[in-house]
Amino acid sequence: MAIEIENNIAANTGLKTEHMILNMGPQHPSTHGVLRLELELEGEIIKKVTPHIGYLHRCFEKHAEAMSYPQVVPYVDRMDYLASMYNEFGYAIAVEKLLGIQVPERVEYIRVIMGEFQRIASHLVALGTYGADIGAVTPFLFCFRDREKILSLFEMTCGARLLYNYIWPGGVSHDLHPDFIRQAKEFIPYFRPKIKELNDLLSYNKIFIDRTANVGILPLETAINYGISGPNLRASGFKWDLRKDDTYSIYNKFDFDIPVGKGLKGTVGDCWDRYFVRVLEMEESLKIIEQALDQIPEGDVTSAIPKRIKPPVGQVYSRVENPRGELGYFIMSNGSLNPFRVKARGPSFVHLGIMNELCKGHMVADIIAILGSIDIVLGEVDR
Amino acid sequence: MTYDFFNKLFGSQIVAALIQSLLPLFFFILPFALFAVWFERKVSAHMQDRLGPMRVGWHGWLQSIADILKLIQKEDIIATENDKPLFNIAPLLVFVGSYAAFAAIPFSSAFIGSNLDLGVFFIVAVSGFVVAGILMAGWASNNKYSLLGAMRSAAQIISYEIPTILVIVTIVMVTGTLNLNTLSEMQTGHFWNWMIFGGPTFGIAKFLLIPFMILGFVIIYISTLAEVNRTPFDIPEAESELVSGYHTEYSGMKFAMFFLAEYANMFAVSAVVAALFFGGYQSPIGYLGNLIGIKWFIPIEQLLWFTAKGLFFVFVQMWLRWTLPRLRVDQLMAACWKYLIPLAFVNLIIIGLITLI
Amino acid sequence: MKTAQDIFNTLKEKFSDSIIELISSQPVESFITVNPLEINKVCLFLRDNEELLFDNLMNLSGVDDANGKTIPDGDSGTKIEGGTLSVYYHIESTKLKHKLTLKTSSSRENPEVVSVEQVWRHADWHEREAYDLFGINFLNHPDLRRILMPYDWEFGFPLRKDYKNPEFYQGMKVPN
Repeated sequence: MAIEIENNIAANTGLKTEHMILNMGPQHPSTHGVLRLELELEGEIIKKVTPHIGYLHRCFEKHAEAMSYPQVVPYVDRMDYLASMYNEFGYAIAVEKLLGIQVPERVEYIRVIMGEFQRIASHLVALGTYGADIGAVTPFLFCFRDREKILSLFEMTCGARLLYNYIWPGGVSHDLHPDFIRQAKEFIPYFRPKIKELNDLLSYNKIFIDRTANVGILPLETAINYGISGPNLRASGFKWDLRKDDTYSIYNKFDFDIPVGKGLKGTVGDCWDRYFVRVLEMEESLKIIEQALDQIPEGDVTSAIPKRIKPPVGQVYSRVENPRGELGYFIMSNGSLNPFRVKARGPSFVHLGIMNELCKGHMVADIIAILGSIDIVLGEVDR
Repeated sequence: MTYDFFNKLFGSQIVAALIQSLLPLFFFILPFALFAVWFERKVSAHMQDRLGPMRVGWHGWLQSIADILKLIQKEDIIATENDKPLFNIAPLLVFVGSYAAFAAIPFSSAFIGSNLDLGVFFIVAVSGFVVAGILMAGWASNNKYSLLGAMRSAAQIISYEIPTILVIVTIVMVTGTLNLNTLSEMQTGHFWNWMIFGGPTFGIAKFLLIPFMILGFVIIYISTLAEVNRTPFDIPEAESELVSGYHTEYSGMKFAMFFLAEYANMFAVSAVVAALFFGGYQSPIGYLGNLIGIKWFIPIEQLLWFTAKGLFFVFVQMWLRWTLPRLRVDQLMAACWKYLIPLAFVNLIIIGLITLI
Repeated sequence: MKTAQDIFNTLKEKFSDSIIELISSQPVESFITVNPLEINKVCLFLRDNEELLFDNLMNLSGVDDANGKTIPDGDSGTKIEGGTLSVYYHIESTKLKHKLTLKTSSSRENPEVVSVEQVWRHADWHEREAYDLFGINFLNHPDLRRILMPYDWEFGFPLRKDYKNPEFYQGMKVPN
């Protein structure tokens, strides 16, 4: 339609219209870090989006080749800095697979509890900032208030609030604080009503639904072809969760659901679905934490940590369900103390690749909605 | 009236007019803007489980003054590629537009800047000035984001003026006057004489009018929200999309002018709504001055009532801002052209029919 | 659910020349090595075959095998000559729930691998990354640019084992 009009104008008057190039970022409040999106616009309609990344590139993979296996852990912390626990979790599992060792059961429980708390914390940031992107600032602060409580639990466990260096290959660095279980159990009944509060304030808000439903629809076929994983894939209506479908650690011991997008307010796989799957996932994480806190056995948490990690020659690709999606580590060993090659396959990196596909034909304001809904962390995109 | 008082005091009409026009600026708009900035921060903070500014003075009440001092000291940045004359004029124009609107607003029975017979019309007309200023700012900034913001803003303000005017016309039909002072005087007595409750005349028409007056109030409140670019219609300055839109490139005092104009505008539209529907400066429950027999006390009471009503609507604006997300630009236009304008027309016709009774 | 051995047999039947061998001696994962210039056909077959349905590329990573000759270069550095660069493809089927690892190697001097971008769009950025960090040329890739490093980076490919930092970049001293 617009193109026809354009052609007509060009034919009748000899005037040509031009697309406008708009740079969004690297410094922009809604790009969630230093990301530059090159937009080709016709008025406010997007014709093409080209993401330019690499502003945070540190090449942790090169660093890793010069360090021993445990020394890599702080580096993986800094990839997805909103889900550090889970990055460590994934790395530890990969190295353990390479070594072929088993960790004590208490360690597995602690890891799962930490991982699920991290999932809630990460989703809270995702949902809060998403609200702020759409223009509702208040839910953002409510989310951060609750996230603080989780961070305090982490601080109590390992002394850090953001970058933990807690889960090591073979174990965890410290045992739980004696008061941890009590406080964690208190958090669950505190947090359940807050999810409802978030729903009342944001999820079912008419304006919010208008802004997000039927925007940035991601069909399932496209999603799989683009390697989309995690909540974004589930929002497209596919029940796929590595915790169940390619289970690791002790996730098969717990009873929880995998929420999928149902297109309640629009089409399956739109921004609202991607948002709401995350809300539902927090609920499921609470269930897992509740069960884990009840079942956690006593035991030693550091006994299985190897003194010297020297895996045999070989390679492993191991993946976990990070809050954002499939976090895979490809580790190659040549039998020395340092890894020969470490590659992290971060979900954010993969998800950002679909921006052009999702944004075409939408308006500038929708870019913000779409970018927020796929929930990227630039630390992981650029590694 | 104060104008006559100053005229007699100085023996010069020019001096009296000057004083008359500067009074609201120095005794109302500036203090109000300072207060509103602080108030907004406090309101938002308490809505979000925070405290807001707490350091400067008791509960941070001096914070805005500290901010203004900071803004005055800031460097006035003009980029080389800016269109300098337009860039410099734009904030003034925006401020003038919102300041001029105060000329026709009756603060109390003793003070109105200019007792125009076309008061409401004048306010609508001069607030259109703001659009020119915003467009200038967006264009002169030579920044794509600013331009987008300015275009959105112009489209939005002009569109939303239509439902505003349609609602004003309904009021004019019922009351037969455009003079805000007269309008306020008509609604004297108790709150059941307010226009939202069907106006001062008793009869069947009054009761028939009430639902349509409430509808009219809702329409005009929504459209005035859009006219002053407040959430959910803050699309022109959408921080998360356009990085504050048309005033991205401004710094220091020029930015402060935009800021001041925004808060002055907030109060101006609230005051107009109060004058049209909620009795203007009239007290809802009678005057203390009448009760104790001190006549000069009444205008002061009226000023207080007027400020209270205006502030209440400003508070509601803030409340909405910190609760609701933002619409998209096409949805905003759809809301105006598809819903508000037809509704306003229907409302106009029905009220017209009722007045025939 | 198929094992690597089954898949290897199927592939060997279909593409006798381009499938080189199945390596299952390693402790964790076994993988199939494939001719780099035929990889896209093999991948297309793996994706579309009814019994295999590998619809998801989990990961694609370049590796510097560093199996060439190390010769001294300049004052203290070394340079690797000969040998290969490899690309690993980790693929899975979300419907049949099996996984497979493919490996393809290409010479270090002229590393050329055919792009699988047309098979899995996901490979687009991963191939760009492998190009960026290892200098592997993906033939038929629609938009093979640097992705993580600056577009004007002309000092080689950082993840190669013999990569040396430049002393200056755009007039700025590069810290060690």
